[in-house]
Amino acid sequence: MDQKGYRRGSFQSATSDEDMLEIAGASMEFSMADDDPPLDRERGGFSSYNGGGMNGTSTMTDFLEEPLPGVGTYEDFNTIDWVREKSRDRDRHREITNRSKESTWALLHSVSDAFSGWLLMLLIGLLAGSLAGLIDISAHWMTDLKEGVCLAGFWFNHEHCCWKSNTTFTDRDKCPEWKSWSQLILGHGEGAFAYILNYLMYVIWALMFSLLAVLLVKGFAPYACGSGIPERLPGQVDAGHQNHHPGAGRVLGAEPRQGGAPGPRGLLLWEHPVPPLHQVPQERGQAQGGAWGLQPGEVLSAAAAAGVSVAFGAPIGGVLFSLEEVSYYFPLKTLWRSFFAALVAAFTLRSINPFGNSRLVLFYVEFHMPWHLLELVPFILLGIFGGLWGAFFIRSNIAWCRRRKMTRLGKYPVLEVFVVTAITAILAFPNEYTRMSTSELISELFNDCGILDSSKLCEYVNDFNSTKGDDLPDRAAGPGVYTAMWQLALALIMKVFITIFTFGMKVPSGLFIPSMAVGAIAGRLLGVAVEQLAFYHHDWAIFSGWCSQGADCITPGLYAMVGAAACLGGVTRMTVSLVVIMFELTGGLEYIVPLMAAAMTSKWVADAIGREGIYDAHIRLNGYPFLEAKEEFSHKTRAMDVMRPRKNDPPLTVITQDSMTVEDVETIVTSTTYSGYPVVVSRTSQRLVGFVLRRDLIISIENARKKQDGIVSTSVICFTDYCPPLPPSSPSVLKLRSILDLSPFTVTDETPMEIVVDIFRKLGLRQCLVTHNGKLLGIITKKDVLKHIAQMANQDPDSILFN
Amino acid sequence: LFPQAPRMFAQSSQNCGNPVLLLLLLGCVLCPPAQASKSSEDIRCKCICPPYRNISGHIYNKNVSQKDCNCLHVVEPMPVPGNDVEAYCLLCECKYEERSTTTIKVIIIIYLSVVGALLLYMAFLVLVDPLIRKPDPYTQPLHNEEDSEDTHSLATGPTLAGARANTVLERVEGAQQRWKRQVQEQRKTVFDRHKMLS
Repeated sequence: MDQKGYRRGSFQSATSDEDMLEIAGASMEFSMADDDPPLDRERGGFSSYNGGGMNGTSTMTDFLEEPLPGVGTYEDFNTIDWVREKSRDRDRHREITNRSKESTWALLHSVSDAFSGWLLMLLIGLLAGSLAGLIDISAHWMTDLKEGVCLAGFWFNHEHCCWKSNTTFTDRDKCPEWKSWSQLILGHGEGAFAYILNYLMYVIWALMFSLLAVLLVKGFAPYACGSGIPERLPGQVDAGHQNHHPGAGRVLGAEPRQGGAPGPRGLLLWEHPVPPLHQVPQERGQAQGGAWGLQPGEVLSAAAAAGVSVAFGAPIGGVLFSLEEVSYYFPLKTLWRSFFAALVAAFTLRSINPFGNSRLVLFYVEFHMPWHLLELVPFILLGIFGGLWGAFFIRSNIAWCRRRKMTRLGKYPVLEVFVVTAITAILAFPNEYTRMSTSELISELFNDCGILDSSKLCEYVNDFNSTKGDDLPDRAAGPGVYTAMWQLALALIMKVFITIFTFGMKVPSGLFIPSMAVGAIAGRLLGVAVEQLAFYHHDWAIFSGWCSQGADCITPGLYAMVGAAACLGGVTRMTVSLVVIMFELTGGLEYIVPLMAAAMTSKWVADAIGREGIYDAHIRLNGYPFLEAKEEFSHKTRAMDVMRPRKNDPPLTVITQDSMTVEDVETIVTSTTYSGYPVVVSRTSQRLVGFVLRRDLIISIENARKKQDGIVSTSVICFTDYCPPLPPSSPSVLKLRSILDLSPFTVTDETPMEIVVDIFRKLGLRQCLVTHNGKLLGIITKKDVLKHIAQMANQDPDSILFN
Repeated sequence: LFPQAPRMFAQSSQNCGNPVLLLLLLGCVLCPPAQASKSSEDIRCKCICPPYRNISGHIYNKNVSQKDCNCLHVVEPMPVPGNDVEAYCLLCECKYEERSTTTIKVIIIIYLSVVGALLLYMAFLVLVDPLIRKPDPYTQPLHNEEDSEDTHSLATGPTLAGARANTVLERVEGAQQRWKRQVQEQRKTVFDRHKMLS
């Protein structure tokens, strides 16, 4: 089944699941072909270009004339050119400041421009906070919907349904207003038939939810699938992400998914603030020459910080996460703005108060039990487990995703989602620890058992005569604990294997909660084991010093926390941000050292097995051009070895500064697919003038043909200030000075590649020109650099895709 | 505050999914919790008392204000005689909690209506739209399209821009076609070429 044939077939027939839905939907302002450019007042500016010839002296205002809509924006899957963005931003800002002296309106405009950045951050924070509140409440409700419904009001989840009524101490879940499905349908909740009915309803609801999610994703927002993180890391701009539909799709699709193995945490990290606000400022900014005053990179970082802040209740951790994982290029201004966005998001979520207790996250715990130095040994063991699991997970998930990508398996995404959900639901129901939502599971595992708890995990053998209140000594495990242990072990095995298949499906799904769950289960198991060991053998040398009988020395909840941190670190390879998020989650400053120990150990172990974290691995799998800042380039090649054209290639495609016609340029543009062209003085002397982007060229020429008088195919295009005089009968000259970048980066051909790679990384360049004795010799793009690195590392250089 | 607001609203009149609209929607979400007065349904004091001697554990709920939220006010009837009350109350833990039922109701209803609307819309598009819409000659070129996105932009740009009149309906049509094209492209990228995290 060859690719082309398949594609045509899928357009016309409805063979597989891929029925093409004819969608005429809500329109979205899109940068490509604007049939209604809001440029009425700028059109006057263009007519001034028509002087042609000697009269075409450019003035300051010509240069700073509002650019066309679409000039300077990006196409799908092009990387952001950070340097260009920064310089353009500075130019715009300077222009506004200069103009501010002219009139009060301009002054106000400049003031608003200065504040617009902060305003945008405010909006991002508000949006993140409110969407987080929406997701929390809705996701909880839908999770509980699988088990039953509230008679007092269908919009209540289980906990809120039983809020008002008196529940018993041992059975905190039962109250008259909440009816499970079997109770509703059959009238009673006991017996084999009721169990089967509950089971069936659970599976049916789970299937319905995931079907809803995948349909929304497929129908409206295909880019909303996955966690979105690998697409964001290289700083890529997706026009598809740049409408809010992926955001909405992710938000709406996240709730249904909560029942299955993945959770919606990952989505909170990115999606909704970034797409609409990212696109809106860029678009409006270019079209109207002054807007939010922010670069896409800043918006990305701020949105990431705000997302983590509400997902984990960790504002500082969010900022650090954004610094560590997201930003390619992170000036201090971004740090401050991200901090602000995270703060606003946290406030907003707090005001919505989704959990009814003024906490931001479901598993906020407060421990203050001290830990002993000897406990570092089990913590390091947990770190090793986290590293091993992380490496195992990455390998298997990549293998599965590769298989999905290459073979027929990938052709049936809806069916795949359906089958995986069905299997997950069927396996999850019997074990109560997999039946409950993952966040609740983590919360229960982190919880330290006191006398007020009556869950199975806390069924220790109690001594009623002691009146110590909450400070209970280590006790022998009762039968409930043993049951809980083996159920948790089964849950662990199931989660370890199922997450491999669910991460990467065509629904919004993240990785944070599942890996924290795996770690928490492992940690709790180890913690209870150590606790029982200390209780039964308190006279051993290692325990006798600090853990005498009757003392409360081991806290299994802490082990669960450390385990969660270790597993998350093993998978994502985060270090500082992980520790900060974890201790913000728990409020336990005493636990920084165990968390750091576990995070470092897991990172070392995982790095020893496989170099890449999960996101880097997915980036490589998809061939995104991400130049990692973490690796050193240590080969002795030079720029001339990497540049294009190589020895046997056709010569470099260049545009001359004032001797090519519109037709020539159009031919070049249509016959090649390069994203930019160098401009030289003339073909004989290949001295460099500047660099012009393909997109800008296309848009300017089209616009000129439509709007300017006298521009025909034989019009000469002139990129300089002073165009050569032409005989009066010739058509008027098209001046494209404004789209030319006069300061492209150049290196000489003898520059070592180490320096070139460094330049690309540090400045975030997309391409760099190579000169020899002042003459243009070739070009190096980011893709070439990546291919070269891959070649040097003996990887497959053809796996790097895109522009 | 900013000069582009009027333009944004003008353009948003033809965009159904504008972020500004989304923000307004969220504003409505935020308003109810801000304005809702505390009905008696929404506060409670929850006291959890563990098993004590031969008395089993119990949970007490009462809606009292925060200053009255302690064992003496909430635990009624007191299961232990007078001299034991203090010891018993030391074991009990009382917490004051409040929630907003209005927020929950509003959020769930908003969520359900949005999802419902999207599903209805999708059903409409799948079932009804192909019947009422004649096969558009514009969409044919899409079927024969090759992989390159650049020729795509060159080809559709001029044809699309030149042909449309400026009435609102036609503008909406144009925008719809663009969106359709966009989603189709995305779908191709994700589902056919598996370029996105699969």
